[in-house]
Amino acid sequence: MSYFFFKNIEDLGAVTINSIQSLGRITLFFIQGFIQIFTPPFQFYKVIEHTWFIGMRSMLVIMLTGIFTGMVLGLQGYYSLVQFGAEGALGAAVALSLIRELGPVLTAIMITARAGSAMAAEIGVMRISEQIDALETMDINPIRFIFSPRIVASIISFPLLTAVFDLIGIFGGFLSGPCLMGTNPGMYIYKVKDSIVMADITGGFIKALAFAIIVTTVCCSKGFYTHLQAEGSFGAKGVSVATTTAVVNSCVLIFICDYLITYFLI
Amino acid sequence: MRQPLIQFIDVKKSFGANHVMQGVNLSIFKGETTAIIGKSGCGKSVLLKHIIGLMTQDSGNILIFGKNLASIDKKSRKLFTKKLSYMFQENALFDFLNVFDNIALPLAEKSSLKKDEIRDKVMMRMKQLEIENTGNKFPAELSGGMKKRVALARALVTDPDIVLFDEPTTGLDPVRKHAVHSMIREYQNKFGFTGVVVSHEIPEIFEISQRVAMLDNGKILFQGSPDDIVKSNIKGVASFINGKVDFRDL
Repeated sequence: MSYFFFKNIEDLGAVTINSIQSLGRITLFFIQGFIQIFTPPFQFYKVIEHTWFIGMRSMLVIMLTGIFTGMVLGLQGYYSLVQFGAEGALGAAVALSLIRELGPVLTAIMITARAGSAMAAEIGVMRISEQIDALETMDINPIRFIFSPRIVASIISFPLLTAVFDLIGIFGGFLSGPCLMGTNPGMYIYKVKDSIVMADITGGFIKALAFAIIVTTVCCSKGFYTHLQAEGSFGAKGVSVATTTAVVNSCVLIFICDYLITYFLI
Repeated sequence: MRQPLIQFIDVKKSFGANHVMQGVNLSIFKGETTAIIGKSGCGKSVLLKHIIGLMTQDSGNILIFGKNLASIDKKSRKLFTKKLSYMFQENALFDFLNVFDNIALPLAEKSSLKKDEIRDKVMMRMKQLEIENTGNKFPAELSGGMKKRVALARALVTDPDIVLFDEPTTGLDPVRKHAVHSMIREYQNKFGFTGVVVSHEIPEIFEISQRVAMLDNGKILFQGSPDDIVKSNIKGVASFINGKVDFRDL
């Protein structure tokens, strides 16, 4: 009995120490990488390359999820509002839900699934195949080489993709409301324009920027420190564990951060 | 007496309960190729990684031209690292860069050379290693032997004074193994670098090295010339180089 008690305490202690070490590593990783953004020579070409990968190549999936999210919002919103005879407010309901909440959050989650997992896996493979060690032997700062261009690319891509998601989503709501359910199209557009204020857009973009930093830092650092993981440090399993942890942690942190930002913005 | 370029004095390194180096004493001299031999997993690669700074010892000293590597200032250490080049066992080529960019990377990132100068230097190395037609290919499109040559070209493009080779012939057929060994000897003669080669290829490796050191049970069991190791009657050395080790000893 006492053996199991002490074993549990020991395990809890190990998990706590690991978590604190991991948090410290990620924080230092971000600080070092962020400082390196402003250290010449600037890596313009690499930033463009990663912006293409994170931003442009996520466009289709963002457009698809955006339009269907908007359509679902339109449908659900219509059936809820029609009960109170307020279907005219559909445009406002769709636009505000998307711009304030769903746009930034769903965009970040879709980018995590597509580009974040790819970043973690690619960097993890670089670690296990000694490519990161090779950079160090060449006296090249691996964090600067791997992480800095990616964080800049994410800071550029996340807000832009969020804007695309919002616009397509509002269009999706238009398809559901006025086109499918026959609500007044002029009223829908008027309500969209009338309900949105600059603070909503700014808030959405602040969230997108925060998510960009969270997703890129978590995914890149998980791949970078594949060899220091508590379980399955090396080989294919190490990369798989790093990728899964990166995606799960990013998604959880997106929701926590979303709540905190919303709390402070309201 | 000649002063060693790199000297290990009683260097110890452990990974948990695994004591990989238990007091290694080794001398590497300038302009020579030193072969490090020993059983698989005996810590040869770990030894190399201590020279390049990828690992640090638990105790003992590593001297570079008589100066302790651990206590020299950051600038001198950086200067020393710049003179080093490392050829990894699995090549460690960057999958996302083509052959040309892989070779050019250390120059593009760390030198003040202009683009044209970098291109000329890379092309020269590619020609010397007969890989000039592979510039646009990616590592995944190359054969094992080609990858080795690309890795060697990348290791030599910075004109290093010291090149560390970690099992450069692993996974190659006998013809290509011979080719890689000839290549190391030829370029060592041509460029005059100090080479440290970790290898299992006995006796072929003796032909390209001026010194041989055998690592066993965390210590250097023998160091001297290839001729001396062949004549050595130290327990464990003769049986190892003749391939007569019992499977229980592995």
